Amino acid sequence: MNDIIKLLQQNARISDSALGEMLGISAAEAAAKIEQLEKDGVIKGYSVIVDDDLYDKSTVYATIELKVTPQRDCGFDDIAKTIMMYDEVESVSLMSSGAYDLAVEVKGNNLKDVAFFVSERLATIDGILSTSTHFILKKYKEKGIFIDNEEPDERGLG
Amino acid sequence: MIDYDKVLSDKIKSIKPSGIRKFFDIAGTMKDVISLGVGEPDFNTPWAIRKAAIQVLERKHIIYGPNKGLASLRNTISSHIEKKHGVRYDPDKEIIVTVGGSEAIDLTVRGLIDPGDEVLVVEPCFVCYAPLVELAGGVAVPVPTRIENNFKLTLDDFRDKVTERTKLLILPFPNNPTGAVMTKHDLEPIAEFLRDTNIMVLSDEIYSELTYGRKHFSIIELEGMRERTVYVNGFSKAYAMTGWRLGYVSAPAPIISQISKIHQYGIMCSPFISQNAAVEALTSCDAEVEKMVDEYNVRRRYLVGEFNRLGLTCFNPEGAFYVFPCIRSTGLSSEEFCERLLFEERVATVPGSAFGDSGEGYIRISYAYSLKHLMEAIRRIEKFLTKLEAEKHEG
Repeated sequence: MNDIIKLLQQNARISDSALGEMLGISAAEAAAKIEQLEKDGVIKGYSVIVDDDLYDKSTVYATIELKVTPQRDCGFDDIAKTIMMYDEVESVSLMSSGAYDLAVEVKGNNLKDVAFFVSERLATIDGILSTSTHFILKKYKEKGIFIDNEEPDERGLG
Repeated sequence: MIDYDKVLSDKIKSIKPSGIRKFFDIAGTMKDVISLGVGEPDFNTPWAIRKAAIQVLERKHIIYGPNKGLASLRNTISSHIEKKHGVRYDPDKEIIVTVGGSEAIDLTVRGLIDPGDEVLVVEPCFVCYAPLVELAGGVAVPVPTRIENNFKLTLDDFRDKVTERTKLLILPFPNNPTGAVMTKHDLEPIAEFLRDTNIMVLSDEIYSELTYGRKHFSIIELEGMRERTVYVNGFSKAYAMTGWRLGYVSAPAPIISQISKIHQYGIMCSPFISQNAAVEALTSCDAEVEKMVDEYNVRRRYLVGEFNRLGLTCFNPEGAFYVFPCIRSTGLSSEEFCERLLFEERVATVPGSAFGDSGEGYIRISYAYSLKHLMEAIRRIEKFLTKLEAEKHEG
């Protein structure tokens, strides 16, 4: 387990010097470790977790289940790569469910945008057998971070 | 109208309320306060323990159980101590399962102290010892430890305070609030001195699983010390089980057979559900404890680094989940510092003076909080210190 990654997963904005303190190394060593992890492609990028209710209430997210015909020599990779090129697509994952093959997270400005994106762009790709769209109504937790308010800390009240 | 002042005992009226409480009570009335005050883990009890409790609720008749605690739990505790320290306590005659470590301390003090007996209380320390000694009619004799010794107890700290009435030495390591630990090397001269006396030791080892860098060493491991030590431990800190209210006391049979009367008449028995679940804690949760210790350690290193960076000198604590930075450089008393920090930057901490006079000049910071929480607190403390610095220059 890589401790520096665990810490950055909680908060990617921790300074090098604070990271160094937490891990018992110098700030320069922490910076060098991160640089190496980036170079090695272990760290792919840094993002921000947003409460869309506060930032942009109209944003719509959906999870699309796709049933796909696997292709000779490359299985699902080719279709997955086609799908991930769309800006609307937030994530693409190959699933082991049997009920469907690819799970795609789509972000759009409104319900209609997302629905049309699925029917016109995704459903029409060669090899896609069916789509099933689930709109996300509320996110409670994302990447380990609470979107919904945390329970109040009741300690120390006794 | 009844005059309650006349109804209440003089003894209880003379006992001071806990100094930890004061700031919590103020903080509780304020908004957006970020606390660094609590003395309990932020982790939830490991699932295996909770599951065991659920099974008890589903399948068992919830009864009182034996006074001294469930045989299965006493057996497990006995093996646990033997594994950790190589010292064996007879589960039938030398162990009582108590309602938290606190009850174990109370039983010991009440069981050993006659009016006028003196108890050496190593300070800074948790707030319960001196009041419990006073309630038992004893005299609490503070034994201050010093930053020069990393808040370890040395023989020089207490040798002069021993009198004919000295009956008990309370040895609280790993220490709340300082985080200090005692190694074998530190304990040896103390044991050597005590072996020629009739002074008993109450070794409160509630934080024994939470050490960083080296395993905890208990005074019971030293020659001749098992027979003169009352060993207190519990489940609250190591297994994040504060609300389950479970601890234990191990001591030679003649002591246990007497102090068990206090437990029998005053408490009857410890909670049945908790006791069943606690067996699971001692048998299957080592990995969970290790994970918590690793997490505490990251926070500990961060805080020590940050306080030193901010100019509040902070020695490197090796146990418990507190750091104890020195705030003397600000020119404020620890009480003033905590009060202003709370009102001006909304960070609740506990003044070192709440843990004895020797804690003056320090504040206790708990790291039983997420890193996110700690980083925000440090940001506010830094702002506060910058302000204090500016005031100095104006003045």
